[in-house]
Amino acid sequence: MFSLISSFQMQFMLLFSRQGKLRLQKWYVPLSDKEKKKITRELVQTVLARKPKMCSFLEWRDLKIVYKRYASLYFCCAIEDQDNELITLEIIHRYVELLDKYFGSVCELDIIFNFEKAYFILDEFLLGGEAQETSKKNVLKAIEQADLLQESFDEQLHSVLTTVTDTL
Amino acid sequence: MPAVSKGDGMRGLAVFISDIRNCKSKEAEIKRINKELANIRSKFKGDKALDGYSKKKYVCKLLFIFLLGHDIDFGHMEAVNLLSSNKYTEKQIGYLFISVLVNSNSELIRLINNAIKNDLSSRNPTFMCLALHCIANVGSREMAEAFASEIPRILVAGDTMDSVKQSAALCLLRLYKTSPDLVLMGEWTSRVVHLLNDQHMGVVTAAISLITCLSQKNPDEFKTCVSLAVSRLSRIVSSASTDLQDYTYYFVPAPWLSCKLLRLLQCYPPPEDGAVKGRLVECLETILNKAQEPPKSKKVQHSNAKNAILFEAISLIIHYDSEPNLLVRACNQLGQFLQHRETNLRYLALESMCTLASSEFSHEAVKTHIETVINALKTERDVSVRQRAADLLYAMCDRSNAKQIVAEMLSYLETADYSIREEMVLKVAILAEKYAVDYSWYVDTILNLIRIAGDYVSEEVWYRVIQIVINRDDVQGYAAKTVFEALQAPACHENMVKVGGYILGEFGNLIAGDPRSSPLVQFNLLHSKFHLCSVPTRALLLSAYIKFINLFPETKATIQEVLRCDSQIRNSDVELQQRAVEYLKLSSIASTDVLATVLEEMPPFPERESSILAKLKKKKGPGAVSVTELEDSKREGGELNGGGDRGPDTAAMASTPSPSADLLGIRSAAPVGAAPASAGSLLVDVFSEAGPIAPSAAVNDDGFLRFVCKNNGVLFENQLLQIGIKSEYRQNLGRMYLFYGNKTSVQFASFTTTVSCPGELQSHILSMHLCTKPVEPLVEGGAQIQQVLNIECLTDFSDAPLLNIKFRYGGALQNLTLKLPVTINKFFQPTEMTSSDFFQRWKQLSQPQQEAQKIFKANHSMDTEVLKAKVRQNVTPHSIMYRLTLRCSKDSVSRRLCELLAEQF
Repeated sequence: MFSLISSFQMQFMLLFSRQGKLRLQKWYVPLSDKEKKKITRELVQTVLARKPKMCSFLEWRDLKIVYKRYASLYFCCAIEDQDNELITLEIIHRYVELLDKYFGSVCELDIIFNFEKAYFILDEFLLGGEAQETSKKNVLKAIEQADLLQESFDEQLHSVLTTVTDTL
Repeated sequence: MPAVSKGDGMRGLAVFISDIRNCKSKEAEIKRINKELANIRSKFKGDKALDGYSKKKYVCKLLFIFLLGHDIDFGHMEAVNLLSSNKYTEKQIGYLFISVLVNSNSELIRLINNAIKNDLSSRNPTFMCLALHCIANVGSREMAEAFASEIPRILVAGDTMDSVKQSAALCLLRLYKTSPDLVLMGEWTSRVVHLLNDQHMGVVTAAISLITCLSQKNPDEFKTCVSLAVSRLSRIVSSASTDLQDYTYYFVPAPWLSCKLLRLLQCYPPPEDGAVKGRLVECLETILNKAQEPPKSKKVQHSNAKNAILFEAISLIIHYDSEPNLLVRACNQLGQFLQHRETNLRYLALESMCTLASSEFSHEAVKTHIETVINALKTERDVSVRQRAADLLYAMCDRSNAKQIVAEMLSYLETADYSIREEMVLKVAILAEKYAVDYSWYVDTILNLIRIAGDYVSEEVWYRVIQIVINRDDVQGYAAKTVFEALQAPACHENMVKVGGYILGEFGNLIAGDPRSSPLVQFNLLHSKFHLCSVPTRALLLSAYIKFINLFPETKATIQEVLRCDSQIRNSDVELQQRAVEYLKLSSIASTDVLATVLEEMPPFPERESSILAKLKKKKGPGAVSVTELEDSKREGGELNGGGDRGPDTAAMASTPSPSADLLGIRSAAPVGAAPASAGSLLVDVFSEAGPIAPSAAVNDDGFLRFVCKNNGVLFENQLLQIGIKSEYRQNLGRMYLFYGNKTSVQFASFTTTVSCPGELQSHILSMHLCTKPVEPLVEGGAQIQQVLNIECLTDFSDAPLLNIKFRYGGALQNLTLKLPVTINKFFQPTEMTSSDFFQRWKQLSQPQQEAQKIFKANHSMDTEVLKAKVRQNVTPHSIMYRLTLRCSKDSVSRRLCELLAEQF
């Protein structure tokens, strides 16, 4: 039998709060800013309207939405109709674990204040919408290496800039 | 602020974010942002050169502002500058900014590409990864142009670090998806396949996505991946839960990789090599066995990961559709999930069973779960799950359970969510029609449908019920009685009025014997709805009234009175006014004979594919209609769903030019042959603007016969494929061009055509050869391909060569055999001769076997035709019969020609 098989390519991932504030957005398909905003608005509304015991999957436009709530944050992925919903659900979970391990019991505030880190971790884990590295150790190793590079740099910086105000 | 601030704490950024969070209103936030933007702009424009750290901080602030939903129109240059920093975090922020805020500013793209190029050649793996991530995130055409040839090299180079390989594989995948033309296959291709054997599980996980995508487009070049994938899968499936260390996820070994391997295998047919196939079947069995084992953990992650693999394995089993044992086991497993406490699993089980229902091996096994599924439809609290249950009921429906399923769906409709009602209505209508044994049940079902969900009953649905009632005289009386009763309801849906008006107008006489439904009672009932209806319905009712005048002369006065009143004859709507005027005139001028002819019962509609089915397909796209569906409609084609598809409008009404469709067909062609010359002139007077229109051509159920006297045209058409023919003949040679047009938006795969000559037609009688190479195996959606056929006639023949077409559409194999319109007369040469010569020759051919004669009824209205050559035709005008006599020197030619020509009149 022949059919076009997609290989789990995620279309996009959105993180938003219970209040509907978008905390992270990652788009794996080219869309205009206007479309992105429209999709985000619609989807946030749809997902927030769902009741707790409902199924984690829903059909939305031509796509399938897989979402899960962790504390105050909703993690929401769009996949194609043929894709594997359960494995996507565990992609979300693994990402949450990575954030958790990195920040040490992650909370929404960590993601707000360190949004760039959240993006870096995601890029190590998923690239172009596909799982790149599923080992937690390997992903964190990559991120921590970068932090090490940074810290050595920070020390140099501090010696130079201790007196300079850095609040702007 | 959170206690943890790992890595680079950019304090300025944290302060800014806090400020934004403390803003009490949207206005305050915008004010704060504008202040910040002004600050950053002045810093960027300032005379003092900014150090890398400040630049990074400001770029990061801009990024934050953008992600809040505000537009950013500067800072790109500073971000690009960061790319060439040799400090990792500065570079990283630069790349992040570019990834998120990319725009096709050509100047910048050049600079960005330069920076990427430097990092790719830096041999510093962290820098290389950053650059690859950026390409994968942006994935623009410009980047593909710059890097599509470089990345494969990085991917397969022996000294590339594993992490870089992973990024390179997915980066290449992204480029291949955006610009497949720029990623050229080459020497690296075979080496990529062997990444499936890589020691590093992460490399395999990343590479397999690329391989899956590439092998869909180039299946042959990548087919070695099948055995590699099977052995990799087998090793994972049989490994203990701790063997794979960090690639084990909640006691499940490598779930992502397993799913991807199973997905890759779905790009190919079952392995031909027996050993490989045996090993794969073993894997699939192991996966099914594991589902029965007690869970190793109570965590939902454990069961999700395990079941993700299970569902992917089931998809593969369904894809192969060749292992009855596995199919039934899969079905039993899903049956268990149907009653699982996890909503997610119930949802997925319903969804997956839908595809199982279309396999001949598991259809029966799926059917055993009917009660559970019906229960799901009634009790599931989540609409998306109920929707899946409805889909599954539709998929598992066959003649044995149709009544039960349709009844359940109807009762569900009463409370169904608005979003899915229209689709449900279509499904009920299709099932009712497809599996109707007793047509009174069909009529009841559709009328119930209109009663319950009238607003969602589209035109196709009620057109279809009328077509069926008209075509089946055993149900007409029942239909008339039932609509009459349905119309008694004080509030009935307008669609009910339409169906009622049409059916009583045609068949009201069948119930007029009962005083409770006497003609006048029927009329008053219909007319009581008239004023509540829209213009198209009123127009239809007016046509029903004129039909009443014909059916029941005793209602004439009453109806004329109605037509004559101002609200009709002076109606502001042109259509209504015109009908009132014309019908009034017609009823007073025409004699009863003329009236009876003009208003005769509608002739049967040509059989063709259900317009409703076409609509459902259109709505859901390919794949929505299950395989059995397509095949069933072919099998039962003779009954209701004929071959061709003419779209919903023409399917319903012979000719309906305006939305105020003239259902009775008065304005267009009267039924074929129903307008004798005597009535003709009068009719033309009354309806001067409505000239007789040729009756719509019969469905191309046999395209072959239409080509006896012509060489070009459409041989075959259904909703997927159109086959056109152009042909030319000279003496004993012919050339035929076949055009295959894909009418869908989906690719046809494995498209093959073969021409065969059955029986004695073979070689010694007619030699046929395809002179061009076989057609391309892939026909893109909307594309047309061409094939040329050379034909040589060696001696006379009567059978036609057969054209067989096979292709896969959305996974289902389509197989079609058509008679090619190559007939003996194509090779005839015209001869000029005088009538005396002709009769002389005629008499010479006097042996009885040289003559073939046929007497037959005309299919089309008669026209005096002059037939030349050795054809004599006697037209007997009164009986509308033809006698066709042919004489040829060869008896077989006379016979065949007679058969062919007889169909042309």
